[in-house]
Amino acid sequence: MAGSPKFLRPVADTGADIGHAITFDLALTLDCGKTIAPLTVAYMTYGTLNADKSNAVLVCHALTGDQFVASAHPVTGKPGWWDTMVGPGKPIDTDRFFVICSNVLGGCMGTTGPAEIAAATGRPYGLDFPLVTIRDMVRAQAMLLDALGIEKVLSVIGGSMGGMQVLQWAASFPDRVVSAVPIACAARHSAQNIAFHEVGRQAIMADPDWKGGTYQLHGTQPSKGLAVARMAAHITYLSEMALQRKFGRNLQEREQVSFGFGPDFQIESYLRHQGIAFVDRFDANSYLYITRAMDYFDLAAEHDGALAKAFAGAKARFLLISFTSDWLFPTAENKHVAHALNASAAIVSFVEIATDRGHDAFLLDEPEMFATVRGFLNSVALSVGA
Amino acid sequence: MTAALRPDLAAIAEMIPKGARVLDVGCGDGALLEVLSTTKGVDGRGIELSQQNVNACVARGLPVMQGDADTDLGEYPSGAFDVAILSQTIQATRNPKEVLGHLLRIGRRTVISLPNFGHWRVRASLAVHGRMPRTRALTFHWYDTPNIHLCTIADFVALAGEMGAKIESALALDDNGRTRAMRAESWGPNILADGAIFLLKRD
Repeated sequence: MAGSPKFLRPVADTGADIGHAITFDLALTLDCGKTIAPLTVAYMTYGTLNADKSNAVLVCHALTGDQFVASAHPVTGKPGWWDTMVGPGKPIDTDRFFVICSNVLGGCMGTTGPAEIAAATGRPYGLDFPLVTIRDMVRAQAMLLDALGIEKVLSVIGGSMGGMQVLQWAASFPDRVVSAVPIACAARHSAQNIAFHEVGRQAIMADPDWKGGTYQLHGTQPSKGLAVARMAAHITYLSEMALQRKFGRNLQEREQVSFGFGPDFQIESYLRHQGIAFVDRFDANSYLYITRAMDYFDLAAEHDGALAKAFAGAKARFLLISFTSDWLFPTAENKHVAHALNASAAIVSFVEIATDRGHDAFLLDEPEMFATVRGFLNSVALSVGA
Repeated sequence: MTAALRPDLAAIAEMIPKGARVLDVGCGDGALLEVLSTTKGVDGRGIELSQQNVNACVARGLPVMQGDADTDLGEYPSGAFDVAILSQTIQATRNPKEVLGHLLRIGRRTVISLPNFGHWRVRASLAVHGRMPRTRALTFHWYDTPNIHLCTIADFVALAGEMGAKIESALALDDNGRTRAMRAESWGPNILADGAIFLLKRD
C-alpha cells in the first residue's frame, strides 16, 4: 500500500480504520429523485449512551471534515478536527454525553460517496453518483440514529456546513432535537459562497488527471486541481487581518525575492502546503459533490422564501454563534437565522465572538465559544435531566 | 435567588404580570429574567452587549441575543412582547429617543429605569464645585463615562409626553435601592430621587 495514492480505491479498502460503519439495504430516496442502495454510513462515537438514551449529541462536520471529531485521523494521524471542543471534560463532555459523528453522504471516509463502488456496476460511482443535498445528508444521519436506537438527540451541533445540517435537522426533524447549535453558518449559500466553490470545482475539472471524473479507473487523481481548490477555499476561511498578522509580506527561507514564480512569500508556501496535505486525505469528486450540496442549500426556498416557516415546528432551544471576522458566513447571515427563529417564536440565543481569525475560528481555541457552548449544553442537559 | 436581586430590579419585577412575554433590553447577567421566569412563569428574552454577560445568561438557560439597543431593536416586530424593559441603560444609548420609540412599539407596555441627573447632590456638585458631577450612581469622569445622554426625571417625563406615551405608574429610587410611589410630574422627586422607574403605555 505504501506510496500508492490513497483514493484510487474507496478508503475502507485501503486498510484505513474508518471507525464504525452500518450498511442499510433500504434505499435512500434523495432530493434529486434518485435513490442510493445500499447506503453505508461510517461514524465514530465517544462516551457512553445512558440508560434512557437522553444524552446523545450529534456533531455534524464541515465540508472537508469527517467522523474523526475527537480522535486521531486514520490517514494523517493528526488529532481529531474538534478535539478542543469534544472530549473528556471538554465543552462537549464525553464523560457526560454520548457523542456521535458520521461522515456525510457523498463523503470519502467510508460513507457512501462518489469514490465508493456502485453495487449496480461494480465500479466506482464517479459522476454517476447522484447529486446529494444537505437534507439528504441529514436523512442519512437520521437513519444512523434509528439504527442506534436513538429517538431524540440532546443536541445537534456543527460549524459551517455542519451548521447547515444543524438548521436542516431542526427544520426536518423538530421532534428529534432537544437543542441545536449552528455555528458560523447561514440558511443559504450566498452568491459569493457559490462563486468560490465554483472556482474550486473548475480547478479540479480542469486537471487532465480528473478524466471526466473517472480517474479511479485510470489510476490517476487530480491532485493539482484539488490542491488549487483547497488553496482558494482556505483563503476564505481566514481573515485578511489574520493573514497579515501571521504572514505579512514575510519571505520564505530567503533574504530577497527570487524574481521567479517559486514560493517567495510565506503565505504562498503555507497555501501550497495546505493544498498538498489535503489531497492525501480527500477525494476530488467528493469535493465536487459536497460543495454542490452547500451551494444548493437554501432552507427558506423550501418554505416559500420565508425562513421563519422552516422553523415553524421547531421545538428545540437554539444557540447560534458567529465570529466578527468571518466573511464567509458573516454575523449578518447568522443573525438573519436568529431573527427568523425569533419570528417563529423559537427559544434562541445568539452570540457573536470577537476574534480576528475568520471563519476558521470555530475550529480553533476560542475560550468564549467554549464557555458559551459548555454553559448552554449544561443548562439543556439539566432541563431534561440528562 | 430572589434575595440576590438588585432592589431596583426587584421593583421592576413587581410590575411584570404573570406569564407575560418580556423583552429585557440590556439584560446583564440575566438575574431579572431568571427571577421572572422562575417566580412568574414569564417567557423572557434578553438583549445584551457584553460577551461575559451573554455567556452568563446562556449558562442560566435564558434565551439572549448578543446585540445593541441602538442598532438591533428595529428587527423586532411591533407588539411582539407584553412588556419591554430597559433598566439603567437609556442614558448610555446613542439615540435615546429612537430607542424609546422602538421599546414603545415592540412592547405593549414599557418599563424604564434611569438615574436622575436632577438630584440635588448632582446640582450642588456642579453649582458649588464647578466640576462635572460624580455620585454613587454615576461614578465615571466626564471623559470616560458611558452615560452620554443623562437626563433628569422632568426631562424624561417631557420626552415620554412628546412621544405619546402615558405614564401608568412611576417609582422614585434612592441609592440604597428603596422605592416609593411618586407623582412623575411633581417637582419633588426631580430633586430628591436618585433615580426613577416608569411604567409606560403608548396612547
